[in-house]
Amino acid sequence: MVKNFVHSYIPHTDSERREMLDVVGVNQIEDLFLEIPEKYRDPNITLPSPLTEMELLQELESLSAKNVQVGKMPSFLGGGAYSHFIPSVVASLTSRGEFLTSYTPYQPEVSQGTLQATYEFQSMMCELTGMDVANAGMYDGATAFAEAALMACRLTKRYRVYVMDSISSHYLAVLRTYLLPQSVEIVIVSDYINEIDGDAACLLVQYPNALGVIPDLASLGKLIHSVDGLFVVNVYPVALGMLKPPSEYEADIVTGECQSLGIPLSFGGPYVGMFACRNEHIRQLPGRIVGKTNESHGDRDGFVLTLQTREQHIRRENATSNICTSEALIATAVAIHLALLGPRGLRQVAQLCYNKAHYAARCISELPGYYINPHAPDKYWFNEFVVTGPKSVDVLQKNLFDQGIIGGINVTDRVKGGLLFCVTEINSKQEIDNLVIALNNMKES
Amino acid sequence: MVDVSPLNSPKLKMLGHLSVPGRAGVQLPSLDVPEQEALPEEFLRECDTRLPELSELDVVRYFTNLSQKNFSVDTNFYPLGSCTMKYNPKINDVIASLPGFAKLHPLQDTNFAQGSLELMYELQSSLMELTGFAGSSLATLAGAQGELAGVLMIKAYHESNGDSQRNLILIPDSAHGTNPASASMAGFSVATIPSDSNGNMDVQALRILAKENLAGAMITLPSTLGLFDTSIVEICKIIHEAGGLIYCDGANMNAILGRARLFDLGFDVVHLNLHKTLSTPHGGGGPGSGPVCVSEKLLPFLPSPIVKKSSNLEGSIYNFVDPVDSIGKVAAFHGNFGVLVRAYAFVRALGLSGLRQVSGDAVLNANYILSSLKDVYKVAFDRKCMHELVLSLSPQKSKGVKAIDVSKRLIDYGVHPPTMYFPLIVEEALMIEPTESENKQTLDIFIDIMRKIAIECEENPDLILSSPVYAPIGRLDEVMAARRPDLRQVY
Repeated sequence: MVKNFVHSYIPHTDSERREMLDVVGVNQIEDLFLEIPEKYRDPNITLPSPLTEMELLQELESLSAKNVQVGKMPSFLGGGAYSHFIPSVVASLTSRGEFLTSYTPYQPEVSQGTLQATYEFQSMMCELTGMDVANAGMYDGATAFAEAALMACRLTKRYRVYVMDSISSHYLAVLRTYLLPQSVEIVIVSDYINEIDGDAACLLVQYPNALGVIPDLASLGKLIHSVDGLFVVNVYPVALGMLKPPSEYEADIVTGECQSLGIPLSFGGPYVGMFACRNEHIRQLPGRIVGKTNESHGDRDGFVLTLQTREQHIRRENATSNICTSEALIATAVAIHLALLGPRGLRQVAQLCYNKAHYAARCISELPGYYINPHAPDKYWFNEFVVTGPKSVDVLQKNLFDQGIIGGINVTDRVKGGLLFCVTEINSKQEIDNLVIALNNMKES
Repeated sequence: MVDVSPLNSPKLKMLGHLSVPGRAGVQLPSLDVPEQEALPEEFLRECDTRLPELSELDVVRYFTNLSQKNFSVDTNFYPLGSCTMKYNPKINDVIASLPGFAKLHPLQDTNFAQGSLELMYELQSSLMELTGFAGSSLATLAGAQGELAGVLMIKAYHESNGDSQRNLILIPDSAHGTNPASASMAGFSVATIPSDSNGNMDVQALRILAKENLAGAMITLPSTLGLFDTSIVEICKIIHEAGGLIYCDGANMNAILGRARLFDLGFDVVHLNLHKTLSTPHGGGGPGSGPVCVSEKLLPFLPSPIVKKSSNLEGSIYNFVDPVDSIGKVAAFHGNFGVLVRAYAFVRALGLSGLRQVSGDAVLNANYILSSLKDVYKVAFDRKCMHELVLSLSPQKSKGVKAIDVSKRLIDYGVHPPTMYFPLIVEEALMIEPTESENKQTLDIFIDIMRKIAIECEENPDLILSSPVYAPIGRLDEVMAARRPDLRQVY
C-alpha cells in the first residue's frame, strides 16, 4: 500500500481509510483511479516539498518583504485603484467564517446573511448613483463597463459602441476583449465630439476620466440620447460623495470599480464592479440579483436570488452573460464600509481628496518648469492630475523613488511628458509637502 | 416571552431602520491643508446621499447577526456538488493580508513588486506542472471568465490559421450552463454531445458532429456526473482529427490532482477554479479565480499579462509580458492577486504528496458515501465515482417527495444541501461532493441522516414537505420575488 500523507488539512487516519476502503470494496485508494488509462496514470510531477505552517509563513513573509507597498513609502498612485482608509471593522466582519466560507446563496433558508448583505449593497449602489436598480456585483470595474456595452447592444439591437478617448487604457483593452468577438465595433471619439451617428448603441464615458478630469456629462448625455443610444457612465464611487450622481445626467447604465470603498489594493484584486441601471432594463442585466420576498407559508420577509431566467444556468447559450460569481464577499465589505461612512463620512472623504489634491497641484504648479494638466488647463478635476516637469518621466519617477516617494503613473501616451498623480485622505500635508520638495529638487539645473 | 431581538422579529430590520441622523461609524482625519477653491455648484450634489447613519457597534452587530444566518464550511458540512467546499486554511488569509501583498498598488513599478511577481511566476509553474501544459495566465478573475478566455484562444488560433469558418463548439449535455454561455460570448454556435447509458459521452454521436466547421469542444473532466469518461483519449483524438481543439472545464480538478495531467490525455487548454481545487474561500459567491493553462500551440494567445522570469548575474528578475497574439486583457489589472496568494500557499503547504492525498481522499470519501447509500437511493450511474456522486430522487418523487424537499430536510439536520437539479440530464438530481476535508465521523453522520430521510420519505412525507423548520426562515416565495421585483430599499 502506498504510504499516506499526514497533514492538518486532511483528517483520515490509515485505519479509517482501511475501514472505508472495505465498505467501498477496493484494496487501496489507487484502485479508485483505474479508469484513468494506465499510460497516463500517476505522471511525473515536480513541485517544491511541503512546508509546515511556520515555514510557510516565514517563506511568504520574506517574499512579501521584497515588495515596496503603500505605507512603506508615501504613495501618490491612482489610475483606477486607490489608497483609502479602511476601518478595522471591515476586515473583522468579512473574515467571519460564515461570510468567508459559504457559497453562492442557492439555498436561501441557510444563506440569509449573504443575501441580505447583498441587498444592502444593491441599495447602496442605487443610492450612490441615483439609479433605480443595481445587481449583486461584477468581477471588477473594467468587466462591468464591458458588460454594460454588451447590454446596450442587446437593448438597442445596434452593434457599434462609441467610447471616449479619455477612458482608461486598461478599460479600453478589456472592452476590446469582450466586444470584438461578438462583432461589436468600437469607435473612439474625442472629448470635443458634438455629432454622433444614428447607429450608436451607446456612448461610454468615465466620470472622472482616466486623467482625473470631470467630463461634460450633460452635453454628452444629450448627444447620445439624440440618436436613441444609451448613456453608459463608469464612476469612481468616492467622487460621488460630492459630485452630482450620473442619474442627474440621464445615465442609462452606471458601472464602477468599488475598490475605493473599503477594499485593499492587493495588487489589483479581488475587487468588485458596480452595475446599476434603470428599472425598465432589469431583464437585460448580467449577473446575480437579490430580491426581497416573503415566506411561502409564513409572514416573515426574506431574500432570494431572483430574475434568474436571464442567467447561464437556465438560459445557457442565450443568457445575458456567462458570469456566475458576484464577488459577494467584496460586495459585503463595500456595504460594511459605506454603512460605517454614512452620508457625511462619504462626503468628508471626497472633500479631503479634492482639497488635498488641489493643494498638491497648486504647490507643484508654483515650481519652475512644472505644469498641471497642460492637456486640459481649463477643465475641472477631482483628485487626480497630470504633471509635466523639467525632466523626462523616467527620471522624475526614479528620482522620486530615490527620495522615498512612490509617485506618478506614466501617461506619456496621452500627455507628452505626463505623470498622473493621485492624492487621497491618507496623504498627510507632510507627505504632500515632501513630494513638492522632492520635485523641486529636480528643477532644471 | 416577547422576542425582542430585532433580527428575529417578523418585521425584518434593515440598515435603514436602524439609522439615526447624526450617528457616524468612523472617524476621519480633519483637513490639514488650506481649503481650496470649490468646484462650481453645477458639478456638485445638491444634497448628501441618504446612506444609513450608524455607530460602529450598530454596524458590527448588524453584520455579525447576519453572518449567523449563513451555513458555511466553518460551521456546517457543505457537500455542495461541483463546488468543492473544502476547508479554507486560515494561514492563507493571514498571508494574503501581509502588508507587502495587501497594500501593494497594481500599477507599482514592477521592480518594486518583485515579491508578488515571483509568487505569480511560481504559481504559474505549479499549475503548469499539475496540468502538463506549456504556459499559464493567472489574469482571469473567475471560472466562467477562464472559460471565455479558453474559447477565445481557440477562436484566435483558428483565425491565425485562416480557419475562421470554424464556428461550432461541442458541449456535452451534462455541462455547466456557463460553458454554452461562454462559447456564445466568444461568438460561437453550440451543439450538444449526448451522454450514453454509462454516463460517458456518446462517441458515435460525436463522430457525426465533428465536421469541417468544428472549432472545438468544451469538456468537463471528471464530468459533472462525477465520472471519469473512459473514452476521453479517443474523444480528444476524434476532435483533433476534425481540426478542433479541446478545452477542459477544470471545475472537477480536485479528483485528479497529481493523478493524471490534462495535456497527456489530449486537452489543449484548461481553466482551474482556485476557489474549488486550491482551497481559496468562496466568500458567499466570490471572489474566485480561474487561471488558464495551455499547450504550446495556444501560448501566443494567452490573456495578458503573464509573468516571465529572466536571470542575470545578480539574480532573477520577473516581468509582466503581453503574449504576442494575446486575446487581450480580461481585467483592469493582473488577476485576483489576493486569491492567487492563498492558492499558492495551499500548494506550498501540501506539495505533490499532499495534493495526491487530497485527490485520493476526496475520491475515497465520495465512493464511501455512494457505497453506503446505494441500497436506499437510486444512483444515477451505478459505477465507481470520482470526487462526487449523483443520486436521482425519481423513486421518491412517486411518493410526492422531490429533490428540493430532501434538500430542505437536510437543512433541519444541520447539513447544507447538495447541488440540486444538476446535471440537467438526471431526473431529480442531488449531487454530493464531500471533499477530502471531512472526517469519517462527519461522513457517517451524513450517511445516517440520508438513510433516515429515505425512511421519512416512505413513512412521513409531510414532514419532509414542510421542512425546513429549524432554519432562520422557511421556504421563500421565489415566484413572487421574480414577478414583483423588490431589489432595493430606499434609505
